[in-house]
Amino acid sequence: MTRMDFEVVVLAGGASSNLSPLVSQELPKALLPVANRPVLSYVLELLEGSNLKDLIVVVEGEDAAQLVGGWISGAYADRLHVEVAAVPEGVGTAGALRSISSYLTANDVLIVSGDLVTDVPPGAIAATHRRHGAVVTTLLCSSPVSGPSDSGTSGGKEKAKKPVRHNIIGLDPTRQYLLHMATGAEVEKDIRLQKRILQAVGQMEIRADLMDAHLYAFKRTVLQDILDQKDKFQSIRQDILPYLIRTQLSSEVSRNGLVSSESGSNKSAVQDDLRWLSQHREIAPSTFQDSQPLSLKSQRDDQRSHKCCVYIANESKYCARLNSIQAFSDINRDVIGEASHLSGYSFSAQNNIIHPSAELGSKTTVGPQCMLAEGSKLGDKCSVKRSVIGRHCRIGSNVKIVNSVVMNHVTIDDGCSIQGSVICSNVQLQERVVLKDCQVGAGYIVTSGSEHKSESLARK
Amino acid sequence: MEPRRPPRTVSDPKVRQVGFVTPAAAPPARTVSDTAAMPAAGASQELPLSGSSLSPVMIPPPRHDGLSARVTALLPVPIAATALRLDNLQIRVGSYNQSEVLLGTPPMTSPSSRIEDAVSEFSDDVSASSLYGRTEPDKVGTAFPGRSGDLMPAKSVVAGGSIGSHTPENPPTASLVVKALPGITEKKRGMLEKQHDEAAAPKPLKEKTTKAERRALQEAQRAAKSAAKEGGGADPTNTKKDKVVKPTPQKKDVPEVAASSGKKVDRPLEKERKKEVLPLRMQFDDKHKVEKVKQRAIVNQREAKSRVEFFQRLPQYVHGTQLQELEAKFFQLDAVHPSVYKVGLHHLSGKITGGNARCIAMLLAFKEAIKDYSTPPEKALVRDLNAKISGFVSFLIECRPLSISMGNAIKFLKNRIAKLPLSMSELDAKASIQSDIDRFINQKIIIADKVIVRHAFAKIRDGDVLLTYGLSSVVEMILVYAHEHKKKFRIVIVDSRPKHEGQILLRRLVAKGLNCTYTHINAISYIMHEVTRVFLGAASVLSNGTVYSRVGTACVAMVAKAYRVPVLICCEAYKFHERVQLDSICFNELGDPDAILKVPTHVESYLYGCMDNDNLQLLNLNYDATPSDYVSMIITDYGMVSCNQLLIYCSVF
Repeated sequence: MTRMDFEVVVLAGGASSNLSPLVSQELPKALLPVANRPVLSYVLELLEGSNLKDLIVVVEGEDAAQLVGGWISGAYADRLHVEVAAVPEGVGTAGALRSISSYLTANDVLIVSGDLVTDVPPGAIAATHRRHGAVVTTLLCSSPVSGPSDSGTSGGKEKAKKPVRHNIIGLDPTRQYLLHMATGAEVEKDIRLQKRILQAVGQMEIRADLMDAHLYAFKRTVLQDILDQKDKFQSIRQDILPYLIRTQLSSEVSRNGLVSSESGSNKSAVQDDLRWLSQHREIAPSTFQDSQPLSLKSQRDDQRSHKCCVYIANESKYCARLNSIQAFSDINRDVIGEASHLSGYSFSAQNNIIHPSAELGSKTTVGPQCMLAEGSKLGDKCSVKRSVIGRHCRIGSNVKIVNSVVMNHVTIDDGCSIQGSVICSNVQLQERVVLKDCQVGAGYIVTSGSEHKSESLARK
Repeated sequence: MEPRRPPRTVSDPKVRQVGFVTPAAAPPARTVSDTAAMPAAGASQELPLSGSSLSPVMIPPPRHDGLSARVTALLPVPIAATALRLDNLQIRVGSYNQSEVLLGTPPMTSPSSRIEDAVSEFSDDVSASSLYGRTEPDKVGTAFPGRSGDLMPAKSVVAGGSIGSHTPENPPTASLVVKALPGITEKKRGMLEKQHDEAAAPKPLKEKTTKAERRALQEAQRAAKSAAKEGGGADPTNTKKDKVVKPTPQKKDVPEVAASSGKKVDRPLEKERKKEVLPLRMQFDDKHKVEKVKQRAIVNQREAKSRVEFFQRLPQYVHGTQLQELEAKFFQLDAVHPSVYKVGLHHLSGKITGGNARCIAMLLAFKEAIKDYSTPPEKALVRDLNAKISGFVSFLIECRPLSISMGNAIKFLKNRIAKLPLSMSELDAKASIQSDIDRFINQKIIIADKVIVRHAFAKIRDGDVLLTYGLSSVVEMILVYAHEHKKKFRIVIVDSRPKHEGQILLRRLVAKGLNCTYTHINAISYIMHEVTRVFLGAASVLSNGTVYSRVGTACVAMVAKAYRVPVLICCEAYKFHERVQLDSICFNELGDPDAILKVPTHVESYLYGCMDNDNLQLLNLNYDATPSDYVSMIITDYGMVSCNQLLIYCSVF
């Protein structure tokens, strides 16, 4: 039997266009290193910590699936029981689910996005889901305060292009039910709310400081029905979730859910019980019953409504999604900074992690909240602040690295200055390169003496 | 002996019913009904009342018990002369003394000393005198060996005395009293001590016993113990004990001595009782036990912020932290079946409330769990399944203390499992248990409710004004049924903060077209004029007729009694419990203390900010105990019974 009647699907995605040039054919998004560990490992370890060891990981693209599968079987050989499923690229999250939905058997399905870095226990979402008997429960967390804290430049170019995006989330006064959800892209000037839902709750709380963390618990039957019936649906967030929220008072989905859960030999008695129970079950005044005008209607509609619930993560919990380059730097910074318990490393007295095999030249300083992985060499008079440096990097003398992420096997020659940048694996930076807020794709060679600012450098 | 001891002696020390006593009339009235006689004080008031209420509701006539009546009549109201009381007492004590000696209880000390004690007690406070001054031979007898009026020794001695002769519910009563009122007993003990000292002035005692004396005492105790072991509490040991105690009537020794003598006499009984009582009342102010439980607990329970001292021994309300922690550990709990987990969360979050609903939900969850159950290899289904159910139950307890109805249902289920023949195949066994559960739900709850509805329906007449309090599923069914059968009546729904359960009932009834009046419990005395019947639900009915129900019920019942409105309690028989409870303090459930701060009309509570003040302790009780005197009749699935007859039902079912 599955644990607590829940099955877990991790949507690990594929090569995300948002994250180019960081991701590539060789490095799918799931394997992007965060503090020198693939980002997927954070989700897997979170699930493992919650005792969830039977997982389905869905990856877009055959190649990516092979890479991810290879990594998982190496890293979690005897700890987790993972099935990696490959789906064609570009089918979207809903499409990915559709292709595996026939394998699902448990009562509820927990769907986790593979790019989530959090310490919110998934059990909490699952338990909330169970407690409410909801059709869908989603994890909301406070949206990250984006932007590097002290690099001085307010974000990269992408940020400048797009206006500040707000997620609009409507909650009931008890903050248990999800009444409205619109992500930044959909919000133009006005929001449209459904009158019925507003009437039913009486009062709606609109929040712009919350974000959908892409951790959902779905009722399996409902999810499968939707996937079957609405074959145009592409994405969970943009299609399925809004659909469920929209139809929560006039639902066709919960019908079949009710029927299927009903069983027993003594049919009439059981039905009697259930009817009797349903009369008394909802004694605690739920929001939907609380409002006076709707009371009569809601009772009639009771059978025809389903619940969309939320679990709002505590402020003290860390929760972030790696869905942009900005997020990538932020998460890297946070994981070795304020959310250091997530990284799984033990910090030194100087509040940094320096692998014993790393070599530091004379007068080289590695500040707090830094990470230096195994086999990396730093020359003399280097300065590293708030940065992550990967394995087997060769860094010359007089190099300054601030607020940056340097992946594996990077060569940085003397006199370079790197600020707020991401440098992928196998990059070579020749002498006196100055980078500020740049992304350098894998294998790129930056010629000596060049200066770049807010650019994305990648091999053609 | 029997005729002099009315079966309800148990409920006597109602002096402690905190809060529900109308100061002027109540104490005499209670004396009256307790002794089931009609002596001077309350008779004139009482008689017409019961007479008038007899006609509509068929209240069984109060037991007129000639002998006891006369004795109590002789018994003075506390203000009478001391001498007379002494005589009375002495006589009665003497007469019962014999029987108790026969039964192997520690015999009394010399009559004179007893009387001295009695004097001290009576002069002490009225309540105590009224308590002991009634026709309660065992109480009178037992109060004395303790000598300083301390209840602790009395407890154990009662247990000793009750082996043979007393009705079985007696020992728990005494222990309940003791547990219930630590503060009071202590205070009283202190007072009595003083009094005693004054009364027994000639005695050569003083505060400090010498070392030698203490040594002698200790040895004497040891001797008493060993002797008791041999002879089962024979007389000599006790006299020896008394001798020793006499010169040093200090607080410290007395309980110990008495306890030691009592303990030895009735080991097995004590043990039995412990087994029965302990799981229900874990003492949460006992540090060691709490530690132990914490180790076993699934989530570590935080200390509740402000505990009211009086209720520290009850499980504290920890919803806020508990829910989150339980939820976070959702996947870690291997042993708990998902359906049980869900029910537990529902109990915890208050989504399922009410004795019947909780019980049914629990049983259905157990049924699911049993359906998915398979016996592990090399284990017997009977044992393993019972252990499993125990695990579920302890999980549920962690979510919220069990209701008595649930306790009974669990007892039933475990009994059925234990009685399964070992030879039965697993499939058959599971099927049989599942059908047992179905049958329990059907017979004991659903059909029982229907029967109750029929019975109660007979009591509703056209033109009645029915009052109900809070939200009771049975009462709701009764009202709806009566409405469907074209009775013309009006309903007064009384509600109270903070749960406002009555509003739910109100909404449902109004939706069905019933004529309702809604008010809060503070207006109960104003609305009671119009009312002709009071229908109340109950969480449990205890074997002394005490009705354990949502807090406020006792108040409603008392006001109804004062206005001579018959009070009908509707309660399924499966909720009966053989326990005896005298007040709502000794056992209760604590609700969310913050809930009483929230006033719905105000966004922010007036007390906002005071919550962290150490001087403020919030108490939100969930239940109260309605004494049987306020209850005209209990409607169960076995018919309508008065509280007095309840004992029989309790023992039968």
